[in-house]
Amino acid sequence: MTAAGYINLIIAKYNYWIYIVLMCVGLWGMIVKRNLVKKIIGMNILQTAIILFYVSIATKKGAALPILAHHIGAHRTDPATIINPLPHVLMLTAIVVSVATLGVALALTINIYKRYGTLEEDEIHDLMRNA
Amino acid sequence: MNTLITVKPLLAILAALCLPPILASSRSPNAREAWTFGAALTMFGVIASMLPAVWGGARLEYTLVQVLPTVSIAFRVDALGLLFALVSSSLWIVTSLYSVGYMRGLKEHAQTRFFSFFAFSLAATVGVAFSANLLTLYLFYEMLSFATYPLVTHHQDREARASGRKYLLYILGGSIGLVLPAMLIVYHLTGTLEFSAGGILAGKAGAAQLTALLVMFVFGFAKAAVMPFHSWLPAAMVAPTPVSALLHAVAVVKVGVFSVVRVVTGIFGTGLLTELNLGTLVATIASVTIVAASLIALSQDGLKRRLAFSTIGQLSYIVLGAALLSPSALTGAMLHIAMHAFGKITLFFCAGAIFVATGKKFISEMKGIGWRMPLTMSAFFIGALSVIGLPPCGGFISKWHLVIGALEADRIVFLWVILVSSILNAAYFLPIVYQAFFCSPEEALFERRVQEAPRWCVVPPLVTAAASVALFFYPQPFLQLARLATRHVLGGF
Amino acid sequence: MSAHFPALIVVSPLMAAMVVAILAWVRPGACLPLAVVTLAGSLWAAAGMLWRVVVSGPFAYHLGNWPPPIGIAYQIDHLNALVLTAMAAVALVNLLATWRHARRDFAERVNYFYALYLLFCAGTYGIIVTGDAFNLFVLLEITSISGYALVGMGKRDAALASLNYIFMGTIGASFYLLGVGYLYLVTGTLNMADLAMILPRLYGNKVVTAAFIIAMTGLFMKMALFPLHGWLPNAYSESSSPVRSLIAPLTTKTMVYVMVRVALYVFPVDFSFGHLAFAQPAVWLAVTSIVAASLMALSQTSLKRMLAYVLIAEVGYMVGGFWLGNRMGMTGAILHIVNDAAMTLCAFLAVGSLRQQLADDSFKALRGAFRRMPWTMAVLVVAGLSMIGVPPTCGFFSKWYLIGGALAAGQWAFVGALIFSSLINAVLFFRIFEIGFFEPFAASDHGHPPDLAYAEAPATVIAPMLVTAAGLVVLGLLTGRIVTRIIDAAIPAAIL
Repeated sequence: MTAAGYINLIIAKYNYWIYIVLMCVGLWGMIVKRNLVKKIIGMNILQTAIILFYVSIATKKGAALPILAHHIGAHRTDPATIINPLPHVLMLTAIVVSVATLGVALALTINIYKRYGTLEEDEIHDLMRNA
Repeated sequence: MNTLITVKPLLAILAALCLPPILASSRSPNAREAWTFGAALTMFGVIASMLPAVWGGARLEYTLVQVLPTVSIAFRVDALGLLFALVSSSLWIVTSLYSVGYMRGLKEHAQTRFFSFFAFSLAATVGVAFSANLLTLYLFYEMLSFATYPLVTHHQDREARASGRKYLLYILGGSIGLVLPAMLIVYHLTGTLEFSAGGILAGKAGAAQLTALLVMFVFGFAKAAVMPFHSWLPAAMVAPTPVSALLHAVAVVKVGVFSVVRVVTGIFGTGLLTELNLGTLVATIASVTIVAASLIALSQDGLKRRLAFSTIGQLSYIVLGAALLSPSALTGAMLHIAMHAFGKITLFFCAGAIFVATGKKFISEMKGIGWRMPLTMSAFFIGALSVIGLPPCGGFISKWHLVIGALEADRIVFLWVILVSSILNAAYFLPIVYQAFFCSPEEALFERRVQEAPRWCVVPPLVTAAASVALFFYPQPFLQLARLATRHVLGGF
Repeated sequence: MSAHFPALIVVSPLMAAMVVAILAWVRPGACLPLAVVTLAGSLWAAAGMLWRVVVSGPFAYHLGNWPPPIGIAYQIDHLNALVLTAMAAVALVNLLATWRHARRDFAERVNYFYALYLLFCAGTYGIIVTGDAFNLFVLLEITSISGYALVGMGKRDAALASLNYIFMGTIGASFYLLGVGYLYLVTGTLNMADLAMILPRLYGNKVVTAAFIIAMTGLFMKMALFPLHGWLPNAYSESSSPVRSLIAPLTTKTMVYVMVRVALYVFPVDFSFGHLAFAQPAVWLAVTSIVAASLMALSQTSLKRMLAYVLIAEVGYMVGGFWLGNRMGMTGAILHIVNDAAMTLCAFLAVGSLRQQLADDSFKALRGAFRRMPWTMAVLVVAGLSMIGVPPTCGFFSKWYLIGGALAAGQWAFVGALIFSSLINAVLFFRIFEIGFFEPFAASDHGHPPDLAYAEAPATVIAPMLVTAAGLVVLGLLTGRIVTRIIDAAIPAAIL
């Protein structure tokens, strides 16, 4: 492939590249950061990346929102002219899931802070080893 | 040959599983021991009641449960299985008597546990004897391994723990590491695990594969104590003597050789082994064990350890007999299961009686003991004669068949092995008896005053010694069964 | 009503969870009975569905009467009816055996424990019955989030362990979601049956391959296959005992079930096993998992951590058996889902009881345990024998199929790994039994061991444990029937 080909690949499918980059950022945060809150932020970025991926695959060039006017029956709409609503609906659920996860994670973080007085993983491990 | 469907084999096993009443009557020793006797007598009765049918050439079968689509947990009583079951169950009665005397004499702890697991072990032993296929045999074999562990380690001290470890290492290492894969390979090759007279492996695998399988089975059944998988047996001698007597001279170790005989005759088939000349391989391994164990026994001072090494050697006689593959050798091997059992259990009973009466464990401490315990040492003498294979004792009959068998198979080397080892047997047993009776008064370590062990420790060895002699004159039930089994194995039916 | 079993089995624990959370304010005493009744009802429904499947074959249930692929379909067949019944039984028995412990461990928070417990079960049952790939993700997260909360309720370092569990679990679930997204991208459907019809036309498609591998990686993480197992030992050992004996049998086994479901019923069999060069690496991964986890189990000094590593090795059994790709190995893997759930429950119940009575579960605390807690130790012995693979316990029979399958496939490394792990398990368990049996040592030759205070758990705890232990033997003896009537029908005919 030529250089132009690569550039084309990146630009034409920019939505995928964005989600891949975001996902890597999220994973990096979860694995490399030693602060628990930063890890949680990384986790959220990871989840958001996947939500963006789903949402982006629903779009079509020049398509309208999937809102049906009353007088037009469903059978007469052309699917090519509206955005696929299903991934959006799915992601509503996924957002709820990620919020719930976040809630539990933060609650646990509070408990951890109460117990160890710090959110730095290294310090916690030191405390555990000395205990 | 006709086949009868009957629940009797299962009943025999269940009779020994009298754990609930034994546990329930743990506070009343007399009731507890009564249950043990009841179980032993019931078991013997059920097994003996199958004798006429088997004698008449019938086989008794019972399928318990179809546990895998093509393999079931099933029992089949044939001549060989019945022979072994008869030996174990009759000796269990005697051993129960002995256990009462021994355990009470030494005021041992946890006697309820002891009697429960003893019964459990016997159930597993009879289960092995009556197994109709390799899976059932494996099931009861493993059950026996675990049931005997608390018996071997009964004293719960450091020495018991070390011995228990060794015991499990060898027994489980063999059964899980070698027998289990070998069994699955057999199943993979043949699609069945049923014991059948001609074997099931013929034409299913190459010579190299079959050799590997055979070696896996012979060593994997580590209870047979074929060298180098033998050293658990001397270690297991830390157990109370009734355990050593019934389990490590009769039930457990014979389960090992019985399994080897079953696999050799029922899975491989004598024809296949002759064809591939694999018998010689096993016979060689067994011969090495016989001679080496006898030599080691010579150097042992602990009486029970000497007996243990003697057992290792005697077990390999049975393996040798099975591996020679000639009719008389097979008969002799099966017969030896019975004859050695009566002889060796006598010896162990005597060792235990000496320990209960005097606290002595070492042969060097037993000079002149014949004057103090004349009955015990007389029984010891008869037991020793039987194990050496001299008339007028049962051991002579089985060894005679083995010798004839070696001639039939035209293997003079193995004839020499048998003869040389018999001399070694004499060399490690007779000095004990000689010292006991014929040492000079200055050398004697005991006063010349008769003081035997408690009654329940003395009567059982006398009974089994008498039985050993009786078996020389009337070897009938066992000889007949061994002959039937041989004919069946060699395809005589 | 029985026509609505597939929905009821998910909806009723879900509703009950909310009701329990409310009842906790109004009538705290009613929470436990409600939870027990709900779980018993679920078990009844699961058994009813299993019966129906065995008698008259698989059936589908359309939620809200929306036909697939638009609506969500619950597909009940031999595979999930079996797993569902096993899991429902485990959940019920565990609650019966551990509610006393829960009262002690959680005190006034115990009713929230029941609510989370029900929520966890609802999610697990849903994962098993659902026929929709996205719905599976949602239920997976319901299960996971309630699992995180349950683990986090434990004492000491539980919160940290739970947080790490969240991180790993979320990565796993996200990967699965991403895989589903790719599948949706190329097929336009999320219904598993629909996917199975469309996918054969897309063999060469790289996106499908990517979807498969990404989803599988996510699942491996969720089921704690080595080297993705990092979350499990801490999460299981830090949680309190009622939680441990719930999530240990359910979580990893349910994930293995999902793997089986996805590889057999979503992707075509010849794609999973033929087109994709995935099976061989998966078997090697399983071999590594078994060997590594067994070795790590050897170096543990507390019972629960040791069992956690044994559990990781067992995951390797199932993954390896499944990817052997032949009927026997697959039978072993599916059988082991059920058997391992029962064995794990049995072992962890015994550990929970020991921990409650002896207040500690390091190996040292177990000295004299056979005399102090004979029944509990008897149950632990049965569980140990099953994990070692001694007949007639069920562990032997799944091992039988697994090794048999490995022999048929010529995977000698897997045979070796299974034998190796059996031997290691024997060492692991007998090391514990030795401590419980011998120590403190008798003074000398023929000395009587010292007397120890009897400390057995109450009968309400012992009885369910004994039932579980007996269940291991019964399951083992029923192997033939389970295989011929259920598992044979669960494996596609294309697998030989």
